[in-house]
Amino acid sequence: MLKIFKYSFFDLVRSRWTYIYAGFYFLFTLGMLMLSSDLSKVVISSMNVVLILCPLIATMFGVMYYYNSREFTELLLSQPIKRTSIFTGQFLGLASSLSVSLLVGAGIPFLMFGVFGSDQAGNFMVLLFNGVVLSFIFAAISFFIALKNEDKIKGFGLAILVWLLLAVVYDGILLLGLSWFRDYPLEKASLIASVFNPIDLSRIMLLLKLDISALMSLTGAVYRKFLGSGTGIFVSVAVLLMWAIVPIFGIRKMCLRRDF
Amino acid sequence: MKKQFSTILFLFYLWLPFATGNTIVVCPTCEVETIADGVKLANECDTVLVKKGVYEENNILIEKNLTLLGEERPVIDGKNSGEIITVENKYFYIEGFRIQNVGRSYVEDRAGIRIRKSTQFTIRNNEFVEAFFAIYLQNSSKGLVENNLVMAQSQDEANSGNAIHAWYCSYLEIANNVVKGNRDGIYFEFVDNSLIHDNLSQNNIRYGLHFMFSDNDSYFNNEFVDNGAGVAVMYSKFISMKNNVFRENWGAASYGLLLKDIFDSEINYNKFARNTIGIFMETSNRLNIRENEFSENGWAFKMSGGNQTNILTKNNFLHNTFDLSVHSAGSDNTFNGNYWSDYAGYDLDKDGVGDVPHRPMKLFSYVVSSTPEAMVLLRSLFVDLLNFSEKVSPIFTPENVIDKTPLMDPLPVFGR
Repeated sequence: MLKIFKYSFFDLVRSRWTYIYAGFYFLFTLGMLMLSSDLSKVVISSMNVVLILCPLIATMFGVMYYYNSREFTELLLSQPIKRTSIFTGQFLGLASSLSVSLLVGAGIPFLMFGVFGSDQAGNFMVLLFNGVVLSFIFAAISFFIALKNEDKIKGFGLAILVWLLLAVVYDGILLLGLSWFRDYPLEKASLIASVFNPIDLSRIMLLLKLDISALMSLTGAVYRKFLGSGTGIFVSVAVLLMWAIVPIFGIRKMCLRRDF
Repeated sequence: MKKQFSTILFLFYLWLPFATGNTIVVCPTCEVETIADGVKLANECDTVLVKKGVYEENNILIEKNLTLLGEERPVIDGKNSGEIITVENKYFYIEGFRIQNVGRSYVEDRAGIRIRKSTQFTIRNNEFVEAFFAIYLQNSSKGLVENNLVMAQSQDEANSGNAIHAWYCSYLEIANNVVKGNRDGIYFEFVDNSLIHDNLSQNNIRYGLHFMFSDNDSYFNNEFVDNGAGVAVMYSKFISMKNNVFRENWGAASYGLLLKDIFDSEINYNKFARNTIGIFMETSNRLNIRENEFSENGWAFKMSGGNQTNILTKNNFLHNTFDLSVHSAGSDNTFNGNYWSDYAGYDLDKDGVGDVPHRPMKLFSYVVSSTPEAMVLLRSLFVDLLNFSEKVSPIFTPENVIDKTPLMDPLPVFGR
């Protein structure tokens, strides 16, 4: 598994798209830092980008990588290697290369502007952590979808649909639900609802870290009480990791049953 | 008129300390050892000069007209057992003391210096430390409170006092004071025709300035920083608020400036920075809000119900999360001629005024005002899309919340 991971990782790290992806983060973050000297502002702007882009790119990359490396996968399958190690190794290589792009692309400009000397170091770490976890989650989901669907178009469509659901539609439904039931106390309900969406969960974790939580008044207080506490942090991190682990198990299970 | 009055008052204050009769010296090694004895010995219009030292005294009652001068800042320590100086006379001057440890009480409002039913008093250059109510003015008029420093470490509202507390007074001037860590920094109730200027009010657990049922007052050049709920101005009319700075009043229930039932007032040249809500306004009419700067607030300007005929013009709105939130439509408030940092229109004829009207109220701020829990969706992609589509074709946001002549460039900011 390690060998396959190493192979896919270096293969991907040398690919043009990884450079473009990392380059985009680098230029964006550098540009923001040059325009505004206020690090907390840049962290907020980067948050907006990371929360949209990390899942989207991970989804696209995941599906694309699976379909493109199909011949190589078939070659590997003919060797005496365990199926689970082939697919887990490929997935880990993909997710790690995406994470490295993010860490390098967004990390270097922040380091250049001295983030660790400032009070934003914690927020910056949370931002990168969320970006990495989101990359893993969406790479796993898209890998699972690709593995399940032989048809490329169908796989692509489904993966994008899942991204769209979690990034946009889920929030829309949540908003509708909240305004529908606004006569009831909804703090706890919205807290539970946001746990079921990794993008929302990371966004709220970050927003509470940043100073905006005061805007959320009562709702924010409930969130802060939960997510600020030890159990809250543990639960939210655990939920995020679950979001990555469940599709990985799906991949492992699926690849055993799959007929190539 | 007001200016003339304050000039006359000022000249009067200057003359007052020198116009007294004999001088009685009080010091720990003198013939007169306590301030209370000094006051007892003094005749009308005498001066009591207190030399350096610590005087552990309470309940000094001054019913004569006299001047109390501290040399090298003598300390009057109340030992937490009651009010320190109570004044009831025609005129009174106190300068140069440090007054400390009044002690809190749940039954009475103990004060460092209480001025009761007096006229023509001056409280200047004193320091108050843990003084519960530091300066308490009641039923008095024509007074100057100047250059005082009030420090306290209040924990909660129930067992703390106000720094400068005025009740049923008129013609006061509160200037150049620094008040920190009290319940309310400056408290006005039924105080008319008074001036509050050049004060710094910081870290007070309730309001930096609390203003109730007080008409024809003016406050300017003050700075209100990091107070529990900012500044509250309520049930008053003809108030002028100019050149003040309201900043970092940040928290779940914080405002820069809270206006409730305010009529016919001017709010000009103020700066609101990094407050949860810059201005919150409720049932206020005929206010003229112009040439203020709102930057980096959560809500720059929030209007609750029942506001009419208010004019909001020539203000700078810079990078607030929400520029404007209006609860109910159908009012005749106007929002024309402001600069909005998120205005995206163009100016073909280069006259500095955008050709496309600006709708400063985002759909999301409308949604949040009806469903506060929706705030959890702040900064999500869906909300951005929602705001964008509403901006292109407005359906939900009130029709008349519109700036027909948005400015292309921010207005020059005033001096501070």
